[in-house]
Amino acid sequence: MSLLEVENLRVTFPTRKGPAEVVRGVSFTLGRERLGIVGESGSGKSQTGRAILGLTPPPGAATADRLSFDRTDLRSLSAKQWRGLRGKRMSMVMQDPKFSLNPVMPVGKQLMEVLRTHGAGRAAAREKALQMLDAVQIRDPERVFRAYPHELSGGMGQRVMIAMMLVSEPDLLIADEPTSALDVTIQIEVLRILDKLVSEQGMGLIFISHDLRLVSSFCDRVLVMYAGRVVEELKASELHQAQHPYTQGLLNCLPQIDEDRHPLPTLDRDAAWAD
Amino acid sequence: MSMTREWLLSDQPVSRRQARLGQAYRTWLDFRTNGLAMFGFLIVLVLVLLAVFAPWLAPHDPLVGDLNTTRLLPPLTEGYWLGTDDQGRDILSRLIYGSRITLAVVALVAVIATPVGLLVGTTAGYFGGWVDTVLMRFTDIVLAFPKLILALAFVAALGPGIENAIIAISITAWPPYARLARAETLTIRNSDFIAATKLQGASSARIIWKHIVPLCMSSVIVRVTLDMAGIILTAAGLGFLGLGAQPPQPEWGAMIAGGRNFLVDYWWVATMPGLAIFTVSLGFNLLGDGLRDVLDPKRQK
Amino acid sequence: MLSVDNLEVTFAFGTDEVRAVRGVSFNVQQGESYGIVGESGSGKSTVLRAICGLAPVSGGRVTLDGVDIPAPRTPDFYRRVQMVFQDPYASLHPRHTIDSVLSEPLSIQGFDRRDERIAQALEEVGLGQGFRFRYPHQLSGGQRQRIAVARALILEPQILLLDEPTSALDASIQAEVLNLLDRLRAERGLTYVMVSHDLAVISHMCERLVVMEHGLAVEELTRADLRSHRAETDYTRKLLKASAGYTREDEPA
Repeated sequence: MSLLEVENLRVTFPTRKGPAEVVRGVSFTLGRERLGIVGESGSGKSQTGRAILGLTPPPGAATADRLSFDRTDLRSLSAKQWRGLRGKRMSMVMQDPKFSLNPVMPVGKQLMEVLRTHGAGRAAAREKALQMLDAVQIRDPERVFRAYPHELSGGMGQRVMIAMMLVSEPDLLIADEPTSALDVTIQIEVLRILDKLVSEQGMGLIFISHDLRLVSSFCDRVLVMYAGRVVEELKASELHQAQHPYTQGLLNCLPQIDEDRHPLPTLDRDAAWAD
Repeated sequence: MSMTREWLLSDQPVSRRQARLGQAYRTWLDFRTNGLAMFGFLIVLVLVLLAVFAPWLAPHDPLVGDLNTTRLLPPLTEGYWLGTDDQGRDILSRLIYGSRITLAVVALVAVIATPVGLLVGTTAGYFGGWVDTVLMRFTDIVLAFPKLILALAFVAALGPGIENAIIAISITAWPPYARLARAETLTIRNSDFIAATKLQGASSARIIWKHIVPLCMSSVIVRVTLDMAGIILTAAGLGFLGLGAQPPQPEWGAMIAGGRNFLVDYWWVATMPGLAIFTVSLGFNLLGDGLRDVLDPKRQK
Repeated sequence: MLSVDNLEVTFAFGTDEVRAVRGVSFNVQQGESYGIVGESGSGKSTVLRAICGLAPVSGGRVTLDGVDIPAPRTPDFYRRVQMVFQDPYASLHPRHTIDSVLSEPLSIQGFDRRDERIAQALEEVGLGQGFRFRYPHQLSGGQRQRIAVARALILEPQILLLDEPTSALDASIQAEVLNLLDRLRAERGLTYVMVSHDLAVISHMCERLVVMEHGLAVEELTRADLRSHRAETDYTRKLLKASAGYTREDEPA
């Protein structure tokens, strides 16, 4: 039984020149696994993630033939039902933690607030919050608990963000470029935390990124998106046997430390890929 | 070259002029979708037209009335649709001529106060340090005076009259623009495009004038437009107190003052100019709100 | 050609001091491409900004052809040294057309034949004349970065400081911009100093590089050292490993 089923997902934004479809018929299923969605800017990868959580920013609109999460049809949920799901059973981590944390409240208090809306008592919430900070490899949880978001470095902030999303132990986590703002060495540590949650708690993870190399080393399966469509789906381990010229092009145009290719191969976009 | 819609909206303009006009046309298209703003724009446009064509539009002499036959006629009297005042002058004609004074006040204050505010604010913001401290403390001092009282003091010192009223209002009007321009400059001055200009060897004056001022301009214009209502009210207030326009000039504030002695019996004498002030203030406020929506750089992607 | 000797940069915030660069030295030869690698907070961009006068030099020397560079920097210095910034969305004035972006340096420096130079600069970075009167918001990130390169090169400098010129771009666009930079260097005999967090980009572009951490130069390597993973310090080895991607086998201690 898959956790999430998406069939023919479409996201449309009205513009002065008429409606623009940024996601054009995306279908996939997700089990308790790591699924990577890779694409360049404008490929619709972020809008796909948002649409699943019902967070398509207005005036955009999302439609799908099927959009079900653990047998719940997400298309017809009321605002109240969404509140019961979002932040509890499905969560999202964004690229920049600064936009998702309340700047005038210590992070510990914010964590406790989430826990208390889930029905935990005061003392229990504090205990659990500290545990979660510890779980995301924060060395001094007591200090971070009292810190305001601006007092944290990017890597710390992102870990707090992940702790925040995880206090409720969601079944599905959508991570939209969660590590792009971080240094490579910290990036790896954050990924390790996510990895542990998938393997130990059986969480389903959708990892949205522009970084093909990173996704292929971290995820089980990869969807490659181009111009609002999935052009190729493959096992991460078989990335180098990619068939679609776009995937191949993306792989080829990256400079490699131990290779000397001057000039780098570039991507000749074929208009047919978008059809 | 034809001035068609396609030419204006072209993604590949071929001259400086086309690029600028195209940009202006896009802003206009944005602005046009806002109904209230268009309504405000219309009011201001009507004000301008009235001022320009006053001699042709006014049915009577605004300064001299007939004390014997036309004194204090009520509105809707034939030939005197808004009534007449105690001097027997047609109120409609006085309002139409008064629009010239109102517009002059508005335009002159904008022309005097805006550049001063921009210059002080951008200079203070760009240089920072002691320049900033000196300029902004001075601004704070001016800002601390109550607007009308300072204007009163100036007019009292320089003598009553509409010219002095304009100078007095301008002196009290610029500090908020300086504050605003400074705040905008602080967000701009450390940006990469300013750094890039420094790396071309540009002088500070050039950076402020060609790179920072154009970016502060739109928010200052919006603020000035929104302040117009207040400026008109201050001018009318000075007129009302007898320190602005002098009789027999048809200034709206002075007209209200003239009508207040017999407000109960002849309500229209004070009410008509009051309505005019109200309408024009509203027009500028709506226009300012609309401009903010299309010009505010923070809303643009 | 460009020599940085024991450079120190200290920022003062009231009574607090932040020592962003704490004694960094390197030499860049004529025609060479030199890389500075480090993570955020390592002071790598500050080194570039200090060279071109955007950050205060509080110690050490920077010399160009053996002569101390003037402080404050003169317009003549900027004819020899130009910079390309990281974020193409922040480095172009939002209200200026490409035409005015490119003509501004020419008019500041008093160049002649401006129309001709602008046309040529646009061709050189692979954009046609159709872009000349557009505004930055009508351009994609890659096109904007090409304009930024054109703006830097229009003054015909000898040294180009590149501050993460491709890190804000998509991978396929990054390849195009890197190729463009490569070609321009070969054609014009330019000298590059390039800052990046991406070892692969530096290894692709630069013959030699310095690794920075917390304001200090950790070690200097050649491209060959990097390719064969001949790093002396733990920090460089850690960077090399992390940039290879995620590895599931080794759990942290």
